[in-house]
Amino acid sequence: MNFPEDLKYTTEHEWVRIEGDVATVGITDYAQEQLGDIVFVELPEEEETIDKGDTFGVVESTKSVSDLYVPLTGAVVETNDPLLDSPEIINEDPYGEGWMIRIKLKKPEEVKELLDAKAYQKLIEEEEEA
Amino acid sequence: MNMIDKPKKAGPGKRGMIFAEPTIFERGAPGRQGYSLPEDEIPAADPAKEIDAALLRHEAPLLPEVSELDVVRHFTRLSQWNYSIDTGLTPLGSCTMKYNPKVNEEVARMSGFVKLHPQAPVADIQGALELMFHLQHYLAVISGMDAATLQPAAGAQGEFAGLLMIRAHHAAQGNPRKKILIPDSAHGTNPASAAACGYKVVTLKTGPDGVLSADAVAAAMDEETAGIMITNPNTLGLFETHMAEIAKLVHDKGGLVYCDGANQNALVGMARVGDMGVDVLHFNLHKTFTTPHGGGGPGSGAVAVKKVLEPYLPVPTVVRRGEHFDWDYDRPKSIGKVKAFFGNFGMLVRAYTYIREMGAEGLRQVSQRAVLNANYVRKSLEADFHLAYPQVCMHECVFSDKIQKKFGVTTADIAKRMMDYGYHPPTIYFPLVVPGALMVETTETESPQTLDRFIKAMKEIARECREEPETVKAAPHVPKVRRLDEVKAAKEPKFVYVPKNP
Repeated sequence: MNFPEDLKYTTEHEWVRIEGDVATVGITDYAQEQLGDIVFVELPEEEETIDKGDTFGVVESTKSVSDLYVPLTGAVVETNDPLLDSPEIINEDPYGEGWMIRIKLKKPEEVKELLDAKAYQKLIEEEEEA
Repeated sequence: MNMIDKPKKAGPGKRGMIFAEPTIFERGAPGRQGYSLPEDEIPAADPAKEIDAALLRHEAPLLPEVSELDVVRHFTRLSQWNYSIDTGLTPLGSCTMKYNPKVNEEVARMSGFVKLHPQAPVADIQGALELMFHLQHYLAVISGMDAATLQPAAGAQGEFAGLLMIRAHHAAQGNPRKKILIPDSAHGTNPASAAACGYKVVTLKTGPDGVLSADAVAAAMDEETAGIMITNPNTLGLFETHMAEIAKLVHDKGGLVYCDGANQNALVGMARVGDMGVDVLHFNLHKTFTTPHGGGGPGSGAVAVKKVLEPYLPVPTVVRRGEHFDWDYDRPKSIGKVKAFFGNFGMLVRAYTYIREMGAEGLRQVSQRAVLNANYVRKSLEADFHLAYPQVCMHECVFSDKIQKKFGVTTADIAKRMMDYGYHPPTIYFPLVVPGALMVETTETESPQTLDRFIKAMKEIARECREEPETVKAAPHVPKVRRLDEVKAAKEPKFVYVPKNP
């Protein structure tokens, strides 16, 4: 499984790419593998203000339905609408074409609370152990 | 690869005479009818004169044109494909698929019950009211609560009704509050019910031992939190051992404790959630009290409450006035009605029959044997399938595919392979806190011989995962239809019949 070094991660299996004051968010390779074939995704409206820890959407696979959690507080400036028709892109390219939303950060200091690739990988190993 | 097309000896599944059967649209022929009626004495109306042109249909609807025998064969054949608790073990964890005694059906079909009209005068339905009055009381006694309503249609509506009562209680103190605490090992309907009642859900993480710690509750509980919803035993099949302490923490901040009682099959006659500080609990009569479900429904989600919530129970409640029974609509604080009329009455008759048939000692044995059976399965298979929480369980145990993943086999493959052995697959990929979960609940109604056959089949599948994983990955091989394209089914569902040769 692949966990790019230049990304940040959450304990809920979202990844975050920070570019200036905008964060791109998706779910990790581990998350897509755990979910299996994704058949449906629900994304938020643009412009909406979302708080860290709230849910911003839903992802559904043939196995289960999971909430998507907001990693950083801000405004949703863009959503990856092609996913609505072709959610399998998330399975195929979770860190690239499978991105979900872009957030204009309101509390950039929250970035410090995210995990780096190494810490996230450790978290997964612990989950696998459990 | 050695394709297995015959079931192994371990399970009861044999292919037998299974008919191919098309949809009912593909049966019959144009103009064929299944009935003949005498000529109507009332003159026919012309739809064109009675109905607005814009609303008028110009072509006949596409309906099956079939004889009575076409219909009978069609549905009888479909019924022969069916797998049910009357044909075999259904180890669906969390669903409590136990045998539904036929005496329940006998009583529920008594004409005095079947022919009742819900708007019949009270004087004419004294027997039905008496049954409901006693059932309310039995459920309250069994759970250590003070009162009950039989109105909710099923478990999730029971949750909704219970939470509305919690909300009404807080609103009466001037603040309905904002949040509900729910552990991640609760039933999935709990967060949905809380959200439907306008509460924000705060998820609490289960501890490393699979149960909720008092510390986790203490850290989250505050005076803006309306209460906690806790499933006990939880979805890992474990008893929430800190329940009383948790209830005290919640009560100290003015909150109330909701118990999801879907798993009461492990507790009836043994422990009462009312004694653990619970203020409101729903029962699934269709699980614990043997009323049919899983296609045979409807469900029934009776809710029992402590005194503090009694004023808020849905209207009407059933009361005794001297020698007579009556509806009580004079309940100004009630949350109102949650369902038309009085609940799924036929299910109440079955649950009442079951409770009377079993008696206190019989119900105690239900729980004892349900827990014994689950632990027998757990212990027998612990070397073959990984247990997320290896301790003694309650009425169900949760395995995972951790061992089998090394051979490239997943929980879904194992579930499919179980069909080849003649077993309904268990609940899979739930609870979410266990990756690749395989949740087995055999219930108390299965005999040791049935369990031994099931265990033997599971051990055989575990061996196949090691030695011939391709067999398992391509399963099922025996059922009428093989592995279905679940992704396509989810993404491109077809709900309407489209004729092949229109």
